[in-house]
Amino acid sequence: MKIASNSIALQASGIRVSLQNCPVLHGIDLALPVGRWTSVVGPNGAGKSTLLKALAGLLPCGGGVHLFGQSLTQLSGRVRARQLAWLGQNESAGDDLSVLDVVMLGRLPHQAWLAAPSEADHAAVQEALQLTQAWGLRARALGQLSGGERQRVLLARALAVQAQVMLMDEPLANLDPPHQADWLALVRGLVAQGKTVVSVLHELSVALHADDLLVMADGLVRHHGPCDDPVTHQALAKVFGHRISIHALQGHWVALPVSA
Amino acid sequence: MKIRVLGLLLLSFALLVLAASVGSTGFESLLRAGRDPVAWQIVMDIRLPRACGAWLAGALLGLAGAVAQGLFRNPLADPFLLGSASGASLGVGIALAFLGSAPVAGAWLPRLGLTGAAFVGAVGAVLMTLALAKGVGHTLRLLLAGVVVGVVLGALGQLIMMMQPEVMLAMQAFLLGGTGFVGWQSCLLMATVALLCVLVAWLLSPLLDGLSLGEATARSLGLPLAQGRVALVAVLALATGTAVAQTGLIGFVGLAAPHLVRSLARVTHRHFMLLSTLMGAVLLLAADTLARILIAPQELPVGVLTAVLGGGYLLWLMQRSNGSERAMP
Repeated sequence: MKIASNSIALQASGIRVSLQNCPVLHGIDLALPVGRWTSVVGPNGAGKSTLLKALAGLLPCGGGVHLFGQSLTQLSGRVRARQLAWLGQNESAGDDLSVLDVVMLGRLPHQAWLAAPSEADHAAVQEALQLTQAWGLRARALGQLSGGERQRVLLARALAVQAQVMLMDEPLANLDPPHQADWLALVRGLVAQGKTVVSVLHELSVALHADDLLVMADGLVRHHGPCDDPVTHQALAKVFGHRISIHALQGHWVALPVSA
Repeated sequence: MKIRVLGLLLLSFALLVLAASVGSTGFESLLRAGRDPVAWQIVMDIRLPRACGAWLAGALLGLAGAVAQGLFRNPLADPFLLGSASGASLGVGIALAFLGSAPVAGAWLPRLGLTGAAFVGAVGAVLMTLALAKGVGHTLRLLLAGVVVGVVLGALGQLIMMMQPEVMLAMQAFLLGGTGFVGWQSCLLMATVALLCVLVAWLLSPLLDGLSLGEATARSLGLPLAQGRVALVAVLALATGTAVAQTGLIGFVGLAAPHLVRSLARVTHRHFMLLSTLMGAVLLLAADTLARILIAPQELPVGVLTAVLGGGYLLWLMQRSNGSERAMP
């Protein structure tokens, strides 16, 4: 994809990552444009979550990652955290903390050390909890919540950062269909505000709602292109061994499994 | 929050008064302390330093427990996790073997020697753990290294006991823990260390809050994990080493105090640190006073009492959480 360099939110050049001496990413180059939603898809073990962590600066990696043109290594942790929010997969969470306290942690990059939360912090937390339909859970402990409720609270925590770039790893885990639809609307809203969203998704039909698809396999990017491009569909079917087929249904793309 | 802190402080005060009233001369010494120099001496030189010592050692252990549980994100973590208990007992064993076996003689020099040896042993063991784990970056490696150091140093301590049977009794007394030898000097030392450790832990409390959401999330929030971890391990080592050096190995206070706080309140680490510190103080002072009362005129080693009470409390907590899980629809 050819994009003007000033409209790039996140750029990776030659990212290589090894986990426990095992190479996982083998030199990845990509440019993620501002104000677009990119879904990262691929078979298990393709390196999707590792790529997301590397893009968030959470893993030591070879090559370079630039956030709005600045190298991640040259940004201080707090500055990076204000511009880029990350929601992980299967991260342990503070079960003893109240929902409100958990979401308030998303405001840490904006607060002076040990300062009490400001009006703006409270407003951001309330907005994030309302966006994820979790405001009613605010007084409960995270450990008391169901899997789906917990996921919505953790999503609110990431939203509360109010970062320009949001990286989400399996954000739909444990969410029921209505909340999945709410999440789609939420991401569309973020993109409409000019924010950049990158999500790793297993549900291909949801992933196909994105603007662009980043198709990965074996630690490499196999294709990066618009979701409605037939070439993207072919690349997607190929990395899944042609065990899926993509069809148009009521204005959306859906991926259906194909029997062997 | 303020009510809970105030409640624990009031409880501490009530327990201090109770502890100052318990002893062979009973409550009378406290009443007559104003006009009777002997009663004054009993209260001010024997009972109060011991009570304050128990309160301060409990505070150090409660804080160390809260730091350990936050740092390792494990509710079963206790202050002795990084090998400090075995290190301290080995230090005491070596000191006893070299200083001769008269630790309870009351002379200040051997006692200071033992205290210093326990402190050096505890902190040395933590440093050894850090060296084996190649720093504080990898939590699991740190825990495993702590276990290895604990086992190896513990075995060496046992070896000293076997080779020098005359130090066995004194070492056993240390292993069981006690507050009988704590004086005002020890109290001053423990108070200074406790203040310093509480301050550092309080300053780093946002880091522990972030860590409770997982290491990657904490890093994504821009928290200075590397430096913060080093400082928190230092707090853990210093608080545990100081408490162990002054009062021996008193178990379960560091484990039970943070649990008790959690069962009372759902708070962030900023308040959790302070409440766990006060809870540890109250627990150990209560246990120490009870240890003096239960089989008076003799005394139970307070470490035995905290183990029995703390163990019982954790069992009850387990039973209760099992019960509530069963009750869930």
